[in-house]
Parts: sequence; structure tokens; C-alpha cells
Amino acid sequence: MATFPEYIAQNEERDGVRFSWNVWPSSRLEATRMVVPVAALFTPLRERTDLPPIQYEPVLCSRATCRAVLNPLCQVDYRAKLWACNFCYQRNQFPPSYAGISEVNQPAELLPQFSTIEYVVQRGPQMPLVFLYVVDTCMEDEDLQALKESLQMSLSLLPPTALVGLITFGRMVQVHELGCEGISKSYVFRGTKDLNAKQLQEMLGLTKPAAAQGRGPQAAPQPLSNRFLQPVQKIDMNLTDLLGELQRDPWPVTQGKRPLRSLGVAMSIAVGLLECTFPNTGARIMTFIGGPATQGPGMVVGDELKTPIRSWHDIEKDNAKFMKKATKHYESLAIRASTNGHIIDIYACALDQTGLLEMKCCSNHTGGYMVMADSFNTSLFKQTFQRVFTKDVQGSFKMAFAATLEVKTSREIKVSGAIGPCVSLSAKGPCVSENEIGTGGTCQWKICGLDPATTLALYFEVVNQHNAPIPQGGRGAIQFVTQYQHSSGQRRIRVTTTARNWADAQTQIQSIAASFDQEAAAILMARLAVYRAETEEGPDVLRWLDRQLIRLFMFHLRRSPFLQVFNNSPDESSYYRHQFNRQDLTQALIMIQPVLYAYSFNGPPEPVLLDSSSILPDRILLMDTFFQILIYHGETVAQWRKAGYQDMAEYENFRHLLQAPVDDAQELLHTRFPMPRYIDTEHGGSQARFLLSKVNPSQTHNNMYAWGQESGAPILTDDVSLQVFMDHLKKLAVSSAA
Amino acid sequence: MSVSLYPAPPHSSQPPVSTAYSAPPPPSYTQAPPPVSSAPTQPPPPSGPAASQQYYGSPPPPSQQPFNSSLPPTSQQQFTSSSVPPPPSQQTLPPSSYSGPAPPPGQAPAPPVSQPQQSFPPSQPPPTSQPAFTPGPPPTAPGSFTPQAPPPSSQSGSFPPPGPPPTSLFFFQCSAVLLLSSGAFGQVRGPQPGYAAPKRLDPDAIPSPIQVIEDDKAKSTEPFTTGVRGQAPPLVTTNFQVKDQGNASPRFVRCTAYNMPCTADMAKQSQVPLAAVVKPLAMLPPDETPPYLVDHGEGGPIRCNRCKAYMCPYMQFIEGGRRFQCGFCSCVTEVPPHYFQHLDHTGKRVDCYDRPELSLGSYEFLATVDYCKNNKLPQPPAFIFLIDVSYNAVKSGMVNIVCQELKTLLDYLPRENPEMDSAVRVGFVTYNKVLHFYNVKSSLAQPQMLVVSDVSDMFVPLLDGFLVNVNESRLVIESLLDQIPEMFADTRETETVFGPVIQAGLEALKAADCAGKLFVFHTSLPIAEAPGKLKNREDKKLIGTDKEKSLFQPQVGFYNTLAKECVAQGCCVDLFLFPNQYVDVATLGVVPVSTGGSVYKYTYFQAQLDQERFLNDLRRDVQKLVGFDAVMRVRTSTGIRATDFFGSFFMSNTTDVELAGLDCDKAITVEFKHDDKLSEETGALMQCAVLYTSCSGQRRLRIHNMAVNCCSQLADLYRNCETDTIINFFSKYAFRGVLNNPTKAVRDTLVNQCAQILACYRKNCASPSSAGQLILPECMKLLPVYLNCVLKSDVLLPGADVSLDDRAYLRQLISCMDVTETHVFFYPRLLPLMKLESGSLPVAVRDSEERLSKGGVYLLETGLHLFLWVGASVQQELLLNIFGTPSFGQIDSSMTSLPVLDNPFSQRLREIIDSFRAQRSRYMKLMVVKQEDRAELIFRHFLVEDKSASGGASYVDFLCHMHKEIRQLLS
Repeated sequence: MATFPEYIAQNEERDGVRFSWNVWPSSRLEATRMVVPVAALFTPLRERTDLPPIQYEPVLCSRATCRAVLNPLCQVDYRAKLWACNFCYQRNQFPPSYAGISEVNQPAELLPQFSTIEYVVQRGPQMPLVFLYVVDTCMEDEDLQALKESLQMSLSLLPPTALVGLITFGRMVQVHELGCEGISKSYVFRGTKDLNAKQLQEMLGLTKPAAAQGRGPQAAPQPLSNRFLQPVQKIDMNLTDLLGELQRDPWPVTQGKRPLRSLGVAMSIAVGLLECTFPNTGARIMTFIGGPATQGPGMVVGDELKTPIRSWHDIEKDNAKFMKKATKHYESLAIRASTNGHIIDIYACALDQTGLLEMKCCSNHTGGYMVMADSFNTSLFKQTFQRVFTKDVQGSFKMAFAATLEVKTSREIKVSGAIGPCVSLSAKGPCVSENEIGTGGTCQWKICGLDPATTLALYFEVVNQHNAPIPQGGRGAIQFVTQYQHSSGQRRIRVTTTARNWADAQTQIQSIAASFDQEAAAILMARLAVYRAETEEGPDVLRWLDRQLIRLFMFHLRRSPFLQVFNNSPDESSYYRHQFNRQDLTQALIMIQPVLYAYSFNGPPEPVLLDSSSILPDRILLMDTFFQILIYHGETVAQWRKAGYQDMAEYENFRHLLQAPVDDAQELLHTRFPMPRYIDTEHGGSQARFLLSKVNPSQTHNNMYAWGQESGAPILTDDVSLQVFMDHLKKLAVSSAA
Repeated sequence: MSVSLYPAPPHSSQPPVSTAYSAPPPPSYTQAPPPVSSAPTQPPPPSGPAASQQYYGSPPPPSQQPFNSSLPPTSQQQFTSSSVPPPPSQQTLPPSSYSGPAPPPGQAPAPPVSQPQQSFPPSQPPPTSQPAFTPGPPPTAPGSFTPQAPPPSSQSGSFPPPGPPPTSLFFFQCSAVLLLSSGAFGQVRGPQPGYAAPKRLDPDAIPSPIQVIEDDKAKSTEPFTTGVRGQAPPLVTTNFQVKDQGNASPRFVRCTAYNMPCTADMAKQSQVPLAAVVKPLAMLPPDETPPYLVDHGEGGPIRCNRCKAYMCPYMQFIEGGRRFQCGFCSCVTEVPPHYFQHLDHTGKRVDCYDRPELSLGSYEFLATVDYCKNNKLPQPPAFIFLIDVSYNAVKSGMVNIVCQELKTLLDYLPRENPEMDSAVRVGFVTYNKVLHFYNVKSSLAQPQMLVVSDVSDMFVPLLDGFLVNVNESRLVIESLLDQIPEMFADTRETETVFGPVIQAGLEALKAADCAGKLFVFHTSLPIAEAPGKLKNREDKKLIGTDKEKSLFQPQVGFYNTLAKECVAQGCCVDLFLFPNQYVDVATLGVVPVSTGGSVYKYTYFQAQLDQERFLNDLRRDVQKLVGFDAVMRVRTSTGIRATDFFGSFFMSNTTDVELAGLDCDKAITVEFKHDDKLSEETGALMQCAVLYTSCSGQRRLRIHNMAVNCCSQLADLYRNCETDTIINFFSKYAFRGVLNNPTKAVRDTLVNQCAQILACYRKNCASPSSAGQLILPECMKLLPVYLNCVLKSDVLLPGADVSLDDRAYLRQLISCMDVTETHVFFYPRLLPLMKLESGSLPVAVRDSEERLSKGGVYLLETGLHLFLWVGASVQQELLLNIFGTPSFGQIDSSMTSLPVLDNPFSQRLREIIDSFRAQRSRYMKLMVVKQEDRAELIFRHFLVEDKSASGGASYVDFLCHMHKEIRQLLS
């Protein structure tokens, strides 16, 4: 047997699953003693270039409460053409099409290497992809111009049959009718009044006219929706012109005021429009905003510039008067959108906050993207947006729509909940635990938007009683069934079935301990912490975390923006948490504990400790925090650079040294979504603060002994260093009070 | 004074009288057939009286316009009976008066004398009264006619300067006496339908509007100068030139009385309404100078400190010119240094004639920022065109026509300087159940349509690009106007909204922070779900009941509120209606009426037939001079006060008339009441100041000053009033009355007041005479005939075929008419066309079927309608000349314009028609009516002296009734 690390890597590679424990304690009691629950990070659409989709549909267990999918763990009686469900032990007849199976002629889904398999549903119509652009016009001309160009560019990336629509907003909300000749038409709505779907339908003329009923049924629905959502191939010229003519919101903004921005209504209309035209079909609402909503439902700040947008301080003091109402508005939108399988993306580009705190649920619940940048005219936004439309080798978008994830478990284990960009489908079943962790109480979740990196944390509960031992060699199985709309329009089902050994904690504690996946557990706990931070008061979460588990790694988590709001605006916190909740393990790890590489003449680039002692004058540091890629030139290096040595032929090696981290950074920049902020700074540079705030403050102005020494740079902070933290921990760990 | 005698209905007891009467054969000036004589012989006596009451039983026909001509004080009598010579006394007079005898009918006895200038001066005998005695009738009458001594002095004032010395005149000022046999009256009492007697009265014997009009024309040869206080101007039917010498031209202001009673008691006793009809922005003929613009600099116009009256000729400068005393309130105000000027020996300022405000009756001030809303100089106004594009609108061709026309019409937006482009910006909206706004910004290649379907809470979806300069956005606008008809060509939407349409325009103006005008082209009852939604409530059963009034009231309060908001913004609404069925004009018209706008209605609009009328109306409406965001205030000298106002406007308090828009065709009638005594010395002054924003965006004040005399003798009052203006007042008063009272009560009130006016005259001014005589003041002798026309109008007495919408439409229309318009509306102009001369019009004939000759062709004009009536046995030559066809049967009665034929007759006729159209604010569609054709019914409706189909009394019958009423009051 391979080592656990190999086993874990292999499983992750094949199934996209990482469990906190890879051997499970066999009773509830033991499991609760483990502190870290049995849980998994699951990446439903993990890229598998070696996995050809199967052109038939899965065989399901016939028990109505089970419906598990035939998998390699099932026992098969080839002669009787029967198979036994490994979850409910129901014996099922193979369907007639499986008449030819035998030990030597097995269908793919029975082969062990196909523990993850993808089916293509042949039934049902080919779904169009729907992209609805919701564009803010209250921004500087430069920004708007950049945004327009990005949007126009994106049209060329869409498949010709994709349907697109355009809603623009400022003080008013305009729904543009596409494909009209001559006069361009748009429906305009007041930005202060929310409309329900029915009203909207009437106002957009989307109700089937009563008169039409008499005249042939076939003409009805298609042309109606087509007025606002048209295939790209038909109207890309038209839409390009329309975008080209898009003007900054013409309503005058008096001095000392913010422009009136009807974001809440615009999103509501977007949701409503898709709701009545393409329910239960994959669709993306892409919202581009240049500032906070300042009027109507969903407003997060008034239009008086003298009143700043809420800060954490205001929120703590219960002084953010729009927050609750706005949050409620966006939550209801998120629910409506997710019910219909629609994604809401938010691209917020502004120097100040835009209300991501209130709107976060729109992205979080629908699996949409949330991107935060300073301006639409930055490469951060441009590249990120372009990367949304990345295609895989088959030429399909790396995005999937309107997915549902169903979890099936063996009897000994139940699912407590999920944390990630999903909503509950409230599907009760035998495998639903009564203990809720995250979004629980269900065995099915809806994930409106998925990409290959989208990762959910799933928490389980061992329910087997202590007095009901599991026979030796028994395995617990979990099956993940992900149904989704592929970007080709096909409906697909991906099934992943995994199993882990049971072990008695009293007798086999070593094997359980050995199976512990530290990284996965860290992320799983971090997700849980973030989830609680979102839903509960901040300080309590930290205390809870401290009580729950104590590991080195938590030092950084405690200092991370996912739990600390100090120095972050509410919007930034929401943004960081959003990313953390959807990225896979590797990325999440980077987010918590940034990676630091050092480049120097002393040797090849090497990873170094995230510690202030790593900051040396003759080094160049490359830090990757996921959100930022930072290159830091040490004092001496910076002086050399200023002196221009890199331009002198005889110092070509210095030029190479300077270039190396830049090349590495570029590589990172190109693979990451969303695009990180790229920072090039040096010793004493203002931007160096990003680095200084991350490193472990092993030297501060308090421990003066470090002054003047060659080792690293002191950090001006009152935060405790890792050393102090660890000392304290040790004390705690051995004290009886814990 | 004119006296007309009616033949007494033959009562058995009466006969003698009549014979007696006829006996004194007056000189037969008229060659006309002897009507009088015939009268007696005519039908049965008893029925006569009954008829008189008939009027009351049944309503009169709709609009009719009398011609009135009021002569100066002199009396005129019309004796219809040609056969019977008038009494001797009158013979002397006739000659002068008859200068231009009208055609055969009633005019024979012309009134005459009245021209003070030429005829009277020398002659002592009061030329005034010419009792025309109707032939035959009551014997007593003659005696009574002897002219009474009139108070000469009083007339001096009333006559234009040139007139003869007043004292010398000895006439019985304006009284017409009608004699009715007592017998007739006895019978009148009992209302009896089958009345026939009136036929016996010779229509020629009763006062003739035509005669009065013609006499006035003949008299008014000199320009009318306004310098003399209390001088009545020529009639509205007369062409005359005006010279402003300190009082406003009658084109701007006309009064009911130019001698106001000094006390409230007198006024109450006489019941003569004291009112002025003001048309502040009236267009003047080219030979008269428009009001000068005066700029008093940064301090703004100079005003009285107390009553705030503006500087005017009535301000008396004292203390060497350092102060002035207000003519209205007598308060003394310092003259600001920059305005100081020395006085001459007569106490006038030396610069008196250099300054319009010191020497003229009408002028304008440039207003300063203090006179502007929010203390901000106004933006130039905007015009917004809101076009219904529902199924009916498209199908009738309206949409197409409007769009085509606007392309050229936009070049003719109002401007003050013809050299410059108009400052008015334009915007476009189309609508059915939802509204479509258009962005026509000049930088766009194509217009953009912005649909607002949330009509429950209207707003303007765009700011930039909605209101644009025509020249800058010409291409985009043209493209838009080309595309609108195409876009909606296949529409199936039949429902419309209306309230949100006006809200949309209003909001657009608010957003642009300017005043302006909305042109709404609308077809149907707004039944779509939206604010201001209406239901069909036309219920003919309510007509004649106490609930009838509710039909004139708006059915929802929404539009009143909306109107108020519009006024606050200076948003004037002009409504063009193209209904195929009931659209509830009473409700839809609320906003236009309250904002100083107009309503035009083209029922059953057909592009081919009605296009010309509609387009001409539209062109005129768009081009005409108009002011915005106006406030009118009437100040008066101590003793009287403006108490009531009639017209298209809104009032939020009791003194300020607010007009979102005020155009050159709108008149406002102002009623005055005493609140103290007036003095004969100072007379009564009024100053009407209108603050408005001109079409170039300039804030201005237009001032009209008017001074009238005051009298302590009732006779003076009766000598110097103007019946046409009184009728204008009465009609507006009554038409407003139907909103709150049953129409019958309104009619009765009118008759009562009229009877009281005449009875008061009879009692206090006329010489004692038999009760059987009807004596009318010279100035008011047409009051009965005109009043009858008002009573018979469609509003007060609708026929079965008159829709509620029509009535509401007329009601609103008349409320802002000036005297000229009400006159021709109530007593239409009927011209015989048998002979046409270039340069002059044929003399009109009275509006009665009896005056129509089967062999003739007549043109009838009401200001709204134009008919060409063709007699059945008309000469071929005439037909050829007019229609180019020799046979009566071949005339195509559906034509709306006459064929262009190359003969002098045709040319002249078309000239006449064109000139008529040019005179009126609305284009009149020509209707050709062949005698005995079905369409003749419509035409007959306008023959207002006849009994109307809806039960309105004939002139003769009404006169009898009036007489009865007067007698009752006297007894």
C-alpha cells in the first residue's frame, strides 16, 4: 500500500475529493472525540482530460429513497444480471440494455478506475447558454470605455448560439431590446421601485397576449424572449453598436453627491427577466458595477458624499442603516436566481466599497464570480474577465450551469451539511444528519455556477453506535452525484463514488491518526470558521476556533482576512471570504498561508519562511497570497536597481536576477482566476506593507535585540509572533484547564 | 331708440287694436312685402302666446352666432312690416340710417340715426329713436314711441370725440319698444304647445342683428382712438383701426359697460354684469403697433408701493415729479432717482410721450429676476409632442399625418426674431398602453426608443437627448418621424393611457427645468390600467335631470391634481382628439383647460376629409405666439374689485390667474363687483398685468390699462354698454353654471337676469308707456336674440344627436373665447352669394330659413363650421361658376374645398372663404349643403332665429316670452 500522502494525492487526482480523515472512526462517540469531523473537500468538476463522457444514462438503484448510481463498489451477480446497491443493499435488476454484461464484459461504471464517471443525458432539449450583461453607466468615461471594450471583446468569445441580453443602469434601468432595425429600443424602469416577476413580465410585454392563443400554438414563446435575449450570431453587430453608443449616465450629479445608481432594481430586473424567460436553464447574469447602489431597494449608501459608506466600525455600532434592508433585498434575489439555476456574477470596480457585503449572497448562493478591482481600466479586471471565457481542449467553456449535487452515504454515516457556493434543495433523505454544519438538513444542493476549481466542503457525521461494531474490513461509502448543464448545452451527470475504511479508535488509533490529512482538515475547519464568522459575531469565532483545535497553521488563519476584519473594509472581507469558500485546497492554503520565495545570488530560488527574518537586503522576495502577487526588492537590491546595474552588460546576472521573479509571477498571474493584484515594490516602498502585514513578526520594534542585525527587517506591530503564540499554546496544551 | 311693434295675435278683443295700428301708415321706406299686414290675417290668435313658452319647454339648438352690431346710443328700430309704414315721427330719421339697406328682409326700417357724427349734429330732434312700428299691431304702441328726451349729456362721453355736441342730441337713448297686444300676453301665461301666433309677428319688425352690424360698420370710418375715457369701441364685427392713446385697445380689452354704476346698489338694481373680456396676447393687425417693451433696469418696473400697480398713464406725478400718486389706491410713492423727470406746466412729465408706460394703454415691461420662479431666469420653453400610436390612431391615418407634418412644421416654431432660430426645444413621445420616449440627440446615428411600461408611477427615462434643438438634431428627428408610422403600422394595441402621458411631459419639463407645451394627439377613452383610467359613463338618460351636471364634471379627481402640478411647472397642454366614440372630453379636457391649453376634436377623423382642417389647426397651434408660466393679476381702483374669472386657467387663490400657457387666442373674462363707491370724476380704472415667459425665454410683464366712466344715473349705464360682451359674459357664466346646476336652472337664471336688466331699464329709464310695449335699450336691443342663441346652444339645450363629448367640448371651448368669437359662434354669419363684388363682402342676412332663397347660394360661418348652402332651384350659371357643373344633382356634397375655377366668381368666393378661415383661430372645414339634402338638418341647426329641432325657441317666440317676463317683473 502506498503511503497516505500518495493515496491522498491519487484520490484527489481521480475523484477531486480530500477527506480530513482517510480512515474513519467507527462510532459516533469516537468520531466526536476526534474534534475534526469527518469531512471532505469535493471539487465536482475537477478537470479530467482522461475521462471521456459516456453516452448513456446511469443505472439507478430502484429503491425510491436511495436512487444511488451503479458503481464499482456494487456487488454484481453477472449470471442473474442483478446488482446490489452498496448503500441500501437493494438488489436491482440490470436494465435490458445490460443483457450482455459478464465478468469480462463490464460496463465502464463497474471498473474500479472509473470511480468518477460522467454520463451524458440524451433526453431533453439542447439548452442555450444565456448571458445577461447588467452594466452600470455611472462611471468615469475612461472606465466606461474600458468596460465597453471588454464587453465587446467578450461577445467574440461567446459561442454563436449563445443568447445574450443587455441591461444598463444608472439612475434608471434600461432593458435593451436587441435586434431591432433602425431605432434601437429599450424598456426603461425607475430605479427606485422594485417589481415582482409578474409585473415585470407585463411591463416587458412578455405575457402571452390573449389574442395569440387562437393563432397556432407554435409561434408563442420563442419570439417573445428573443426580443431581449438573442443569439450572438444574429445580433453581435447590433449589440456591438449598442455598447459603442452607451453613454455615461446623463443625469446630472451635483457636487457633493454620488451618482444615483439603481443597482438593486437592475439586478432585480435581470433576475426577473430570466426568471420568466428561461427558468431552470443555465444562465449568467454578469453585473458590472462602478460604485455602490445609492437608491431604491438594495441601496447601501445615500447619495450624500459626506456620509461615507458603512465600515466594520459602523456595523458593530449598528450604525449601518441600509445594510439590513439591502442584504435582505439581495438575499431574496439570490434565492430567486438560484431557484431557477441562474448565476449572478459581480464585477465591482471602484476605489471605494460597492456593497459587496450586502450583495455577497448573490454570488455565494449562485456560484457566481465576485471580482473586485479598482477600475475597469486595469488589467486585473480585463484579464480576469477574459479568463471567465476560457475554453478547455474540446473548445467548451470551463463553466457549467444549474448543477445539483446529491450526496449518498452508507448507513453508518450521514451528511451534515455543505459550505461553498451552493444552496440547499431541502431534500430530506435517509442520509441526512440531524446535526447541521453549514448548509445542512438536505442531501441535495444546487450549484448554479460551477467551474473546474469550484470546491465544496462537505461535513459528515458518523452515526454508527458504539455498541454496533462494524465488521472488520467494512468500508464506508459516499457517492457524489452532480447533475449539470454542460456549456455545450448537454445535460450531464458526474458520479463520484468513494469509500474509506472504518477503524476502531480504541484499537487502531494510530492508523486513524496516520490517515489525518492536515491540509484538508485545515481548510475544512477554516471554511467552517469563515462560515461562522459570516453568520455569527467575530470574536466568538476566534475563541471557538481556539477551543476547537490548536495547530500551527491556525496562527496564520487567525491573522488572515477571512477572520480578521481589521484593516479590511466589509466589502473586502466579503470578497476574500467568497474566494476562500469556492477555491480548491491548494489555492485555499495559499490564501491562508501565503507562499514566499526568495531570489538571490546565493543560490536558486527557494521557498522561505513567511517570517520577517526572511526579509533581507540582498534578496528579492516573491509572495503569493492568492489575491496578490508581490515582488519585493530588498534594500541593497533596490539600490542596485536604482543605480541601473541591470542595464550594464557586465551585470547581466543582476538583470537575470531581477527578471526571474517577474517571470515566475507572470506564470502565476496567467493561471489564476481571478487575476491577482500584481505589486512590484521594494524596501521602504509603500506597497511593501502587503508583505509586512503577512509575515510572522518575529522581529518587532519590541524585541530590540534584533535591531541592527543582519537578519531580516523588524515589523512595527503589536501582534504576537508565532514564537509567542506557540509558547502560549504549549502552556495551554499542558495545562489542565484545557 | 327703436320701437318695434308686434302684431297682436288676433284675439277677439284685440282686433281693433291691430287695425288701429296699421292705420297710421308710416312712410314706406321699405319696399319689402308687407309682413305685418299679413300677420293679422294669419293663423289663429290663441296659439301665439303658447308658443312663447315653448322655448322653455324645449331646448334650443347648439351654437349659433348672432351678428350684432351695436350702434351708438341712437335707437334703431326695425320694422319688419314693409307694408306698414312706420309712424311719422320716424320718417325723419330713416334716411340717414339707411345708408346701406340690407337685402330685402327685415332690414327695411333701418335704424339709423345713430351715427352721431354726420347726421345728428345739427338736428335737434333726437334722431335716436326710430320707432319702427310694426305694421298693424297694437294701437297703443305708436303713441308710446314718441322719442323721449334722452339725457344728452351722458352721451357725450360715450361718443367718439367727433360726435355732435351731446347736448344737442335729444334722443331717447337706445330703447326699442315692442308692443305686444295685451291679449297676446294673456294667453302667454298658459303654456300651450301648439302655439302659432308668433308667426304673426313679423320677424322684420324685431331688432335685427344684421342691421345693427351694418350700421356700426357704416359709422366707423375713422380710426378708434382710445384716449377718451368711457368710450365704447366699434362692434367686433366692424373693421376698424385702433390708436392707443392711453387705454388698452378693444382688441385686448372689451367691457360690458363703459359707464359703470357708481354704487353697488345701482349695479344690483340694473343687473347689468360688470365685466371685461381680456385677451392679453391678442394679435394686432399689421397696421397697428404691438406693445412696446419697456426696460426699467435692474430695479424692475416701477410700481405703487401699496397696491403694486405698475407705472401707467393713471399715475399722477406730484411735487415736481419727485413722487407719484397711484390712480388705483391713491398712495404716494417716491420716484426712484433714475426715473425722475421734470413736469411741464400741465403737471405732465416732460418725457410723457417718450415713455410708453406713461402714454399708452398697453405695453410690456422686461421683468427682472425677482419676477422669476426660484429667482432664476427662465430657460427657453420646450414643445413635447405626444402621439397616440394605438390601433385606431394608426388606422385613421393620424399618426402618419402628424409625423409627416412635423417634419416641416418644426421649422416654424415660435420665435420673436424672425431672423433667428427658435429657442424652443422639442421632444417626442409615442404611446399606447405604454410610453415610448425618443432620444434624438444630434450625435446619434439613429434615434433611440425608450419604453416606459411602468405607467403607474410615471417618470422620464432620459434627460440628455430628449429635448433637443431642431436644427442640431434635424437628421435624427426626421429619421424618427419617418420610422414612427412604420414601427406601429401593424400594432394591435387598442388600449391607451392618458394620465401618464401628461405626467410624462410634465416630468420631462421638470427635469429640464423649463416651461413648455405638450401637444397630445389622442384617440380613445383611456381604459388601460393606469392613473387617470376612465370608464365609459355616457348616459343619455341623465340629460335633463338634476344629475346632468355630473356629466360635465370630471369623473375622477386625478386630472385636477395633475393640472395643478402642470400649472406649477408652467406646462401647458394642447389636446388633439380623434375619437370614434365617447372619450369623455369633460375629463380629458381638465388639464388642457386648467393649463391655458386648447382642445381640438376631430370626431370620426378620416385622413382624406379632415386632414386639411387638422393640419391647419396644428400649424397654427404650433406657430402661434404663446407665453408660458404666466400669472395674470387685475388691479382696479378703489371701489370695485375683480371677483370672478372665466377662461382656461387655474387659480390657487382668489386674485392670481395662473396660466401655464397663454396664447394669442385665449381670452379671460373678468367680472367686477363693487366693494365701495366709485366717483364720476375719477371713473373706474383697471390694470391687467400678465407676467409671462416669452417663447425666447424672456420674462416679461404685459400691462393693459383701461379706464371707464362712472355714472350715477342708470340711463347712462344703459346708454353705454356692449351687448356682445355681455353675451360673452353670460355664456361663460352659464356654461360654468352647468357644472353645478341643472341646465334648466341655468337657463332660467339667464332669462331672469336678462329680464331684470330690461325691466330695470323700462322702469327707470324709459318714458312711461303701456305695459303692452316692450321697450329695449338701444345698446341692448339685440340682447334677447343673442341670449336666445345662448339658451339654444348645444350645451344648454342639446338635441338628441348631440353627444356629451360635443357639449363638454363646446363648453370648454367657449370659456376662453373672446367677444369676436362668441359673437359669430352664437349668431353665425350668413352671406348670400348671388352677387359678389371684389373688395367688399355682400351684406349678411339674418339666420333664418325665411331669408334663404331657393335660387340662391349662401355661406354660413360660425367660427367652427363653414357651410355652403345651395338652393334647389339655383341658377345654372351660379353652379357653373362655383362648382363647374351645370346641374344641382351633380354637386358632390362631400367636397371639403371648392374646385379651383377660372372665373371671377369662383375666385372671389374662394377668396372670401380663405379670408374667413384666416380670421378664425381654428380652421373651418367647408361643408356643402344642398337644399333638402339630409345634411341640411345640420345646417338648419345654425339658423338661430328659427325654432330649433331640439326645442329651442325662435327669435320671435323668445321675444314674446321675454316681454312676458319683463311685464311680470314690472307688475
